[in-house]
Amino acid sequence: MSDYNQQMIEKYRGNFLKEVEANVEEGDWVKMCMQCGVCSGSCPLGPHWEHPPQEIFMMIRANKREDILSSSSMWMCTSCYNCIARCPRGLPITHIMHGLATYAKRLGLAPKEQPTAKFAQLFWDNLTKTGRVNELKLGLSLYFMNGFGEGIKTALKMKDVGLGMLKTKRMTPMEMLGGHKCKDVKGLQAMLKKAEELEEARIGKRG
Amino acid sequence: MSEVIATNQTILVVGGGISGMTAALEAAECGKQVLLVEKNPTVGGRVSQLYKYFPKLCHPKCGLEINLRRMKANRNLRLMTLTEVTAVEGEAGNYSVTLKTSPRYVNDNCTACGACADAVEAEFDDEHNYGLMKRKGAWLPFNQAYPFRYVLDPRIIGTPDADKAKAACKYDAIDLDMQEEETTITVGAIVWATGWRPYDAGKIQPYGYDRFDNVITSVELERMMDPHGPTGGKILRPSDGKEAKDVAFIQCAGSRDKNHLKHCSRICCMASLKQATYLPEQYGEDYKGTIYYIDIRAIDRLDDFYQNIQKDPNIKFVKSKVASITEDKETGNPVLHGVDTEGYHRYSNPHDLVVLAIGMEPSVPADGFPMEVVINEEGFVELDEKNGAFFAAGCSSDALDVNRAVQSGTASALRAIQVVNRVAGAEG
Repeated sequence: MSDYNQQMIEKYRGNFLKEVEANVEEGDWVKMCMQCGVCSGSCPLGPHWEHPPQEIFMMIRANKREDILSSSSMWMCTSCYNCIARCPRGLPITHIMHGLATYAKRLGLAPKEQPTAKFAQLFWDNLTKTGRVNELKLGLSLYFMNGFGEGIKTALKMKDVGLGMLKTKRMTPMEMLGGHKCKDVKGLQAMLKKAEELEEARIGKRG
Repeated sequence: MSEVIATNQTILVVGGGISGMTAALEAAECGKQVLLVEKNPTVGGRVSQLYKYFPKLCHPKCGLEINLRRMKANRNLRLMTLTEVTAVEGEAGNYSVTLKTSPRYVNDNCTACGACADAVEAEFDDEHNYGLMKRKGAWLPFNQAYPFRYVLDPRIIGTPDADKAKAACKYDAIDLDMQEEETTITVGAIVWATGWRPYDAGKIQPYGYDRFDNVITSVELERMMDPHGPTGGKILRPSDGKEAKDVAFIQCAGSRDKNHLKHCSRICCMASLKQATYLPEQYGEDYKGTIYYIDIRAIDRLDDFYQNIQKDPNIKFVKSKVASITEDKETGNPVLHGVDTEGYHRYSNPHDLVVLAIGMEPSVPADGFPMEVVINEEGFVELDEKNGAFFAAGCSSDALDVNRAVQSGTASALRAIQVVNRVAGAEG
């Protein structure tokens, strides 16, 4: 539990809907849900959700704060937009799901082992290091995401693809040594740091 | 038609469905001069296409019969069929209206013997049965049509079929030289009762109405129940003609949906509950009905009806808007997919037949009015001073059931009567 999480609990004590409306992207749409269930039924990953979107909207109104924010559900969204296309009330469901995931992450409540969340962090760390995505390192860190043994197994399984990419010059082993970068890495990192500060000031995160 | 006499004390009623007939009759029975125009060859409208009314489950034939008798008995009421309003100019108390009358090719010698239909070979989709069956190129729209006269389809004029029809007629009732006529009349007030049409079910892509034979609409089920209808009064699957004993009803098909009709069509809940009673009527106890709904809107006295259906152990209610339908290729069964709201259970349920409780939209599109009219977002005519003495009745004013459409027809008649009374007063 982060301090920020505690801060938010105190601020919105007992009214999670208000908290969502104020802090989650497109959160003020949540109250428009009429519980018809078309979103859940239309989701291609639907069976894999712990709580389908329709249930999440109801849980928000029922103040199930921890259950939702620590849930892996909204991390399952693949942005296919089926739900938005079909929602009879035009709720931007995809965006709300991403908004909830972002908010959970900001509060430090996002599930640590959820693959989407994990990969997103790997991608971000990889990108911000040099200002360019290092695909070799990203690929390898993805393989070894769940431990050394599994990493070796995945790497062996994928070796033909990797060799093919080397052969056609889609990837170079030289990337292992630092890799290509943008012109002004320090400048980029300073920008990102500033952006983070501005964001924290905007959301009122202390310390 | 030069014999039409209308003055600015005449009330023009546009549309001969239940609302228009009601408005015309109420005004005429108050002693006002009324001209009723109908686009189709017969009056009756959507009501004549229904098998039963809710909540009393009586047959619309009987109410229609009463209205037809009232019409025949009233000297103040003049009816023009096959007639449309093409232009309206002027103001309350003094409208100049242009009417276009299409040729029927049959005059009033017709005895409705049917010899012309026997002679004609060409067949067309039967509008009265939503295209579920064919009719001849010379036809009687339905067995309670009024005027009770045959019609020749303009598509057979100039073909040998037209001559065959003429030759077959013993009463010299067929006149192939009839032409389209334009008439300009003066009226004091207009009651606009152009009614509704079912929303185009093919537009609801995930339900596959245009792809799956066994997905039909509620209005089509009404036609199936008619003993003179396309299936002789039986609920048969379009794919294989087998009896459908496990029927699913999908509520809000096209209604309450930003992608389709934003409004609640108001009739569909009761229509499906009513149609749920068709199952025991057909099969005794050997049937299954499932109603998929967001919420059931059976208000006021109609709630009793809903509660009675809920007591039926063979009828199941699933609180869920169905997300999509697929087809089981082997059986032709539509399979309904979705998640219910009472427990969030995922389902994939096969049924014999799916009935889409189709939404209601105004017949006349927003740009189809003969004069400038204030309409709302959904295309229904508003009660607005800017509309002068142009009063909407029935489903051109809102999504209404028959009961409320009749009330609306009467209300519009009263509004129109006030206008022509003012005109009469001013003219002394």
